[in-house]
Amino acid sequence: MKLATASILAVAALVGSAAHAQQINVKLGVLNDMSSLYADIGGAGSVAAAKLAVEDFNPAAHNMKVEIISADHQNKPDVGANIARQWADVDHVDAVVDVPTSSVALAVADVVKEKNKVFLVSGAAISDLTGTKCSPNTVHWTYDTWMLANGTGKALVKTGGDTWFFITADYAFGHALERDTTAVVLANGGKVLGSVNAPLNTPDFSSFLLQAQASKAKIIGLANAGGDTDNAIKQGAEFGIAAGGQHFAGLLVFINDVEALGLKTAQGLTLTETWYWDMTDANRAWTKRWQVLRPGKFPAMTIAGVYSSVLHYLKAVAALKSAADGKAVVAKMKEMPTDDPLFGKGVIRADGRKIHPAYLFEVKKPEESKYPGDDYKLRATIPADEAFRPLKDDKCPMLTSN
Amino acid sequence: MFEIFGIPSQALFGQLLLGLINGSFYALLSLGLAVIFGMLNIINFTHGAQYMMGAFAAYLLLQYVGLNYWAALIIVPIIVGATGILIERLFLQHLRGLDPLYGLILTFGLALVIEGLFRNYYGSSGLPYSVPPQLQGGHNLGFMFLPNYRAWVIAFSLVVCFATWFAIERTRLGSYLRAATENPALVRAFGINVPRMITVTYGFGVGLAALAGVMAAPIYNVSPQMGSDLIIVVFAVVVIGGMGSILGAIITGFVLGIVEGLTKVFFPEASNTVIFVIMVIVLLVRPAGMFGRSV
Repeated sequence: MKLATASILAVAALVGSAAHAQQINVKLGVLNDMSSLYADIGGAGSVAAAKLAVEDFNPAAHNMKVEIISADHQNKPDVGANIARQWADVDHVDAVVDVPTSSVALAVADVVKEKNKVFLVSGAAISDLTGTKCSPNTVHWTYDTWMLANGTGKALVKTGGDTWFFITADYAFGHALERDTTAVVLANGGKVLGSVNAPLNTPDFSSFLLQAQASKAKIIGLANAGGDTDNAIKQGAEFGIAAGGQHFAGLLVFINDVEALGLKTAQGLTLTETWYWDMTDANRAWTKRWQVLRPGKFPAMTIAGVYSSVLHYLKAVAALKSAADGKAVVAKMKEMPTDDPLFGKGVIRADGRKIHPAYLFEVKKPEESKYPGDDYKLRATIPADEAFRPLKDDKCPMLTSN
Repeated sequence: MFEIFGIPSQALFGQLLLGLINGSFYALLSLGLAVIFGMLNIINFTHGAQYMMGAFAAYLLLQYVGLNYWAALIIVPIIVGATGILIERLFLQHLRGLDPLYGLILTFGLALVIEGLFRNYYGSSGLPYSVPPQLQGGHNLGFMFLPNYRAWVIAFSLVVCFATWFAIERTRLGSYLRAATENPALVRAFGINVPRMITVTYGFGVGLAALAGVMAAPIYNVSPQMGSDLIIVVFAVVVIGGMGSILGAIITGFVLGIVEGLTKVFFPEASNTVIFVIMVIVLLVRPAGMFGRSV
């Protein structure tokens, strides 16, 4: 009996010491649109950014091994949720990364919470991820619909654009963006004259543009993204929207959209972003490294967000010495101040919202652009404490129940 | 000014005209599909990708060769049509006589490959292409602002549609073609090279898709997925019009464009499903389509 106890203790000691020296294995799953309209703001570009983050973190120095896998959610919530479930159950993925398309992100957030993994959101915009749908397993990094509305919406109302008409992508993201922008417009004394819901991936916007024209609103708010925004702006130029005294507000415009439209069509457009490749030396240096993996392309803010969210996640795992408990890792991420070359110093709020400044840009005229990708000029900086929705307006159940 | 169902008549006329413009794209694309299906019995799922190739070819010619829109309008259908001929020679000719399903699967696979290749090289955001300088601006018609380019699209596609219909239904060459579909062995016996005629017909159908692509480049986002967004709708148009019916494809294309345009005013959320609802109804009532010969 005594012998048995002793041997059990010895084995336990052995196992314990072995566990102590064992390296921490971390698996990251980049889940986004690899093959359709949002592939350029994430896709393989996000995978490349995650790789750079792992490289800069240097897992070997922390006795860690980090593996990255990726999948295409095809912008379908059911496909995205299934992949996330399989990753959690079969592939032992610790963190799901990126996930553009708000409807998919909402579905994935539920799965990640259920499986107690970590959800690092960069690509999705819907502000509900840290609002009514907030989760102790989610960190929302790069931007959200509230911040876009607050940046572009406020700036335009303040400079005289006080009547609005919305062309809205008919799914979760579009409706959230319209809702958040409407609130900003009304709060600043503007009026919303009408809106129209356009199905996702509509090639022809002329009918909606005509309705917007008939509304006589000064600002036509585009609560959509990607190819939908490009089509609307391109056809708006054709239908003489600007000539009629109306202006577009691209509520979510990425640098890839500006490149797709060309500066000739996109010039003068006001937009809000939290990161632009040509803003600082650190951004430019990082972009050069990224372009080795993605030649000829320019990284959108969502891709930079993948880099810095993955970096911060790995730091938190290293500090905890375990990636097993998703809630604990996210709590650690919130506890540690963030610091990386792309977004600088910042914090993650209790609701999971990453806080950093936002920038109001204007698209340059063709003659002002000196080299490829030289697309924006800075019009205003929105300080970190004003850029995102205040905690008190969050309606995040996780915070009020405590 | 009077109102119809609460919509000012002015707005309604505008929407009708816009529907007609979209309809001209549907007509051009479904025409190509109908020609290919009617003459070759191939369900050409690559059609969307070939339409996209047309738009990309226009961009590439402008960017690297300096050829403008007007030159592209002539050259692009020839280039893309030639790739179509290559596809027919390499793959499709071996499927002749088999169930059309084989051709469908092959062309669907090809479409995925082509789209994937373009996405790999050009990304998904798209490329800029502007309206030719001669057609910039527009006219105020009183009820709407009509861009000159859109007017051109309607006029030009009507001409192309009519010419194609005329060539197939009213000329000697067209009659050979139709005869070859009915009874290839007999037509061959008269000394006509049927396989070559079929190859050229496929190339012509593909060229029509490319032509639609060039016409779309200045107004739609030129991106690798531009064809896949459209192809399903165009297939519905062909089914409604009656598989293989040239006139059916043209008329249905324009009419459905108008129906879709009106839906965008009254119930915009349904604008991308209305065509399929119509398709279901037509299939229930007239399985062969509005203009199809009964099967």
